[in-house]
Amino acid sequence: MQRTMMDFWVGLFVMAGIGALLVLGLKVGNLTDFQADKGYVLIGNFENVGGLKVRAPVKSAGVVVGRVVDIQFSVKTYDAVVTVKVDMQYQFPKDTFASILTSGLLGEQYIGLLPGGDEEMLTDGDKFIKTNSAIVLEEMIGRFLFDRASEKKDSDPEI
Amino acid sequence: MARNRGDVTYVAELLEVERQKLMATLPLIEFKNVNFSYGSRVILNGVDMNISRGQVIAIMGGSGSGKTTLLRLIGGEAKPSAGSVSVAGRVVHELGRDELFKLRRKMGMLFQFGALFTDLSVFDNVAFQMREHTNLPESMIRDLVLMKLHAVGLRGAHHLMPAQLSGGMARRVALARSIALDPMLMMFDEPFTGLDPISLSVIGGLIRRLTDTLGMTSILVTHDIQESLRIVDYVYFLADGVIAAHGTPDEVRESKVPFVHQFVHGEIDGPVPFHYQAQTSYSQDLGVRTESGV
Amino acid sequence: MLLVLLKSIPSFLRFRLITREIYFAGVMSLIIILVSGLFVGMVLGLQGYETLQKYGSESAVGTLVALSLLRELGPVIAALLFASRAGSAMTAEIGLMKATEQLAAMGMMAVDPIARIVAPRFWGGVFSMPLLAAMFSVVGIFGGYLVAVVFIGVDEGSFWSQMQSSVDFRYDVVNGVIKSCFFGVVVTAIAVFEGFDAPPTAEGVSGATTRTVVTSSLAILGLDFVLTAFMFRGVS
Repeated sequence: MQRTMMDFWVGLFVMAGIGALLVLGLKVGNLTDFQADKGYVLIGNFENVGGLKVRAPVKSAGVVVGRVVDIQFSVKTYDAVVTVKVDMQYQFPKDTFASILTSGLLGEQYIGLLPGGDEEMLTDGDKFIKTNSAIVLEEMIGRFLFDRASEKKDSDPEI
Repeated sequence: MARNRGDVTYVAELLEVERQKLMATLPLIEFKNVNFSYGSRVILNGVDMNISRGQVIAIMGGSGSGKTTLLRLIGGEAKPSAGSVSVAGRVVHELGRDELFKLRRKMGMLFQFGALFTDLSVFDNVAFQMREHTNLPESMIRDLVLMKLHAVGLRGAHHLMPAQLSGGMARRVALARSIALDPMLMMFDEPFTGLDPISLSVIGGLIRRLTDTLGMTSILVTHDIQESLRIVDYVYFLADGVIAAHGTPDEVRESKVPFVHQFVHGEIDGPVPFHYQAQTSYSQDLGVRTESGV
Repeated sequence: MLLVLLKSIPSFLRFRLITREIYFAGVMSLIIILVSGLFVGMVLGLQGYETLQKYGSESAVGTLVALSLLRELGPVIAALLFASRAGSAMTAEIGLMKATEQLAAMGMMAVDPIARIVAPRFWGGVFSMPLLAAMFSVVGIFGGYLVAVVFIGVDEGSFWSQMQSSVDFRYDVVNGVIKSCFFGVVVTAIAVFEGFDAPPTAEGVSGATTRTVVTSSLAILGLDFVLTAFMFRGVS
């Protein structure tokens, strides 16, 4: 095997490999979609985050505008502190309403932003004033059963 | 000092000159009561031997008598279990790794079947050590390699791969490779095995000629008695882990020592028995009832 | 031995030697990696479609193909193929060099065989493995695309967009590459060790070659579980 031929093939191999990594990054992994460093941080306190996970999307009108970057429990207020990073190009009014929603019946949970009418815009590090917690299925069923039971109790004392 | 050069470096220089003069008279390799064993099997049992500079020495002995072990001890690949081997005044097994590698650069070894690097061409095989150990420019390496190959008569084969060479040619290339850095000591492990008579005398002639022209010392481990007696200066016989006999080729040919006589003339039975020692007798092994057993 | 390999890092400077090993370990494994990648991707596309269409979500086949390849099949299958193609060759080569006294000859020439023979092979293999795994995944995704979109007729737009929305660069692509780096280290370390450790006989070398393939396959699968447990714990 000639040395130059070998060098040629190895060069080609390395280039193809790096090309494959680029394809994975850009075309498949969609690296260009959302750059974490080009965004501003907003914080929201939620009574219950349900099944919300780090990296879950933040959507407004169904469009992904950011991602959840951190979820912590606060011992001061005894609720969940969710940090989200929103793309620089999307600005939201101060009184934007943040709620934890579920896509589809059993789909993943995400944060939905409903813009208000305030003149001022949210800036880096601001807090959502109004939040709405996740709907927890057990609580819902529990409340439903409790309601039914108390209804029944009035008519049938045996139960 | 009278010459007003009584500084330390001058004294050191003088000492160095004296040391080298002394070294030249001392033997190059000294075996002092060397013992060696593989596990419980004793291979060498007190070998004493001195090898002087500029000579071709043959170490002979039957198969498995520990001849190759002697070479491994000199090269520092094996450690004696007792005694010491010193090369150029330095005890080999006491050297650190770097020191040992430094010493090995002055040694060349020709392995039984050449041990050429099969992934390199003949040229690159010979150039291997020069590229690894020196910073010579490629043009000079080229000249040196062709000179070494010319010395073994294979300059025209420099582009071949080892697989394309015959056994004799491979051994000559290996010889060229081992003298690449002009060693002071060459070791040959069975250089004559498996060669046709022509290649055999070519190799023999080369060993003698290179030793004389390059001022090396050569040690041959072999059992090819006739070819070695033709080219060597001195012969050691190794048997039962000790030097059983030694002498010049003429003394060896005339020797009346039974073992040497048997070896030189290739007799089947003698001090070296034909049969390996058995625990039980032949008739017992075959289950034959002997008179006494009835 | 690992210590010696670490010490051999200066041998990076000797690109010639490593280039040669990348050629033998990487370039020579290319055909088998690309062809298997294509077929694995096509099978994934076919099976994924069969299953997903029952739930009416056949456009998610892109997600299925991409995630399975990036997270598991790409690194693991590429490493298994690499072990049997390049690892066994490495073991056999080093074992034969040992059997024909080439390693001993090198030692007698005051050249450390580990630095000269083992280290370039090790680094060449470690370098080639992630590239091979990445190529395997890309070709596999292309195979899945071929089957799902071109042959079956899943919508091309939703194939890619579903894939892109669910594949995360950091969690899926980077973790896959990290996995394949680990596999590269393990496979080549086993291969060179077995070769170096092989008894210098014909049976010894063939036994060592078999052991390389068996041991590294088991090591790959075991290590894959451990890495997966660490990487994808608690994340969707």
